Amino acid sequence: MSLVMDIWTICAVSAGALFFLAGTVGLLRFPDTLTRLHALTKVDNLGLGLITLGLLPQTSSLLLAVKLVIVWLLVQLSGAVVTQLVAGAIRQHGADG
Amino acid sequence: MSIASVFDIAVVALILAIGASTILVRTAFAAVVMFAVYGLLLSIAWVRLHAVDVALTEAAIGGGMTGLLLLGAVARSRSDDVDRVRVGYPVRLATGALCALVVAGLAIVVLHPPAAVPTLAPVVMENLPPSGLGNPVAGVLFVFRALDTLLEKVVVLLALLGVWSLAPDRAWGGTPGLQVYAKPDPPLIFLAQLLPPVGIVFGIYMCWVGAKDPGGAFQGGTVLAAMWLLVIVAGLQKAPAISRLWLRGLLIAGPMLFLAIGLAGWVFADAFLAYPEGYAKPLIVAVEATLTLSIAVALAMLAAGPPERAQQQ
Amino acid sequence: MSSLLFAASVFVLLTVALGLFAILRRSADVDRLMAVQLLGTGGVAILLLLAVASEMPPVVDVAVMLALFAAFAAVAFVRNASGVSREARGE
Repeated sequence: MSLVMDIWTICAVSAGALFFLAGTVGLLRFPDTLTRLHALTKVDNLGLGLITLGLLPQTSSLLLAVKLVIVWLLVQLSGAVVTQLVAGAIRQHGADG
Repeated sequence: MSIASVFDIAVVALILAIGASTILVRTAFAAVVMFAVYGLLLSIAWVRLHAVDVALTEAAIGGGMTGLLLLGAVARSRSDDVDRVRVGYPVRLATGALCALVVAGLAIVVLHPPAAVPTLAPVVMENLPPSGLGNPVAGVLFVFRALDTLLEKVVVLLALLGVWSLAPDRAWGGTPGLQVYAKPDPPLIFLAQLLPPVGIVFGIYMCWVGAKDPGGAFQGGTVLAAMWLLVIVAGLQKAPAISRLWLRGLLIAGPMLFLAIGLAGWVFADAFLAYPEGYAKPLIVAVEATLTLSIAVALAMLAAGPPERAQQQ
Repeated sequence: MSSLLFAASVFVLLTVALGLFAILRRSADVDRLMAVQLLGTGGVAILLLLAVASEMPPVVDVAVMLALFAAFAAVAFVRNASGVSREARGE
């Protein structure tokens, strides 16, 4: 059982880390500020979600697992709103090439 | 080299790079953003140094609060076009040399410590149990060096008075000139309605858990202040006039309670700021709770800035 | 397992570093706002991995702090950057 959980952790955390890399590649390669913002938020949030899911079996207590999920939801909420705000600001100032 | 050391080296390199970019960037606004990023990164460094209490405070103050404060300063000086100011080469050189000297001194102390590194940590751990606290940082703050903590809280109030004294005469007692969104869009209103309850619960949790685990009044107070500022900046609430009685009452409640308990210590426990046998933990918890509120109001008002408009009657 | 999680945190830290470099290459003020967002997600991921890898549950509280204050800082920065703030003095 613990072997299954360890395998799940390794897979999920690796996938999450890869998504972080993909998001950063998007940041480097996308042509436009708005698309870069998109890459940053969507992909990084997905990466964080996968990492959180991967870490859940490794937690020693239920309270810690709940806290991990709460952190993830918090980042989702704030990330979504902050992206909207930043996109609004970018649109006002004109997208930089 | 263990993987943890690789992580530490990477964090240090990143922090140095961000620090450099803070100085080299062109506009004041960008420098403030970089400085906030620097603060957030530093909290990771503190975690690696096993100083979780400091990491909590760094993320809160170094990341969010200082960013807001510096932005307020940049906004106020916009009339002078702060980006145009050029510092002379000799001044830059002298500053750099002084910083390098300080770093060299610290490096020598850290890399070549005296043979028996002087530390009071074992003494603290020995004397902690009678107070009922589990967190040695809380023990140092409220039991062993309580006088310092009391004075620090008074210093925060003095700093706030200093900020308020920048108000023009006609605006004394009025509303702080914190810049708010003129027309907040729905996502921001959504955030400002949803995040504060979570933040308030977390702030109370931070204060409560500080007796046993990393946390405490200061961290909790900063979270509460940030949530209040968020609501004001999003335009959901108005900033209070500084002459409001409840505001001033909350500001002094924490230090006053601390002082009262300290003076009572003369009567009940032989010394100023000593706690009577067995009553240490409940007294400390009471002080921490009130201090959390005082710190929250003080920090929020510090970030809000000096009053700009006379109070509407 | 813990060395694997440490390795993952190094990896995420490197991607955050790369992302910050990518952001700093552009010179527009508005782009820098994304740096805070990047720290908000990447930093939280790093702290969560550290919390489990070094078995220090309080570090999750630091992650919550980071998330809260990255969002707070971003809101404050966008207020200045986009110029939609009401000049409180002149109102």
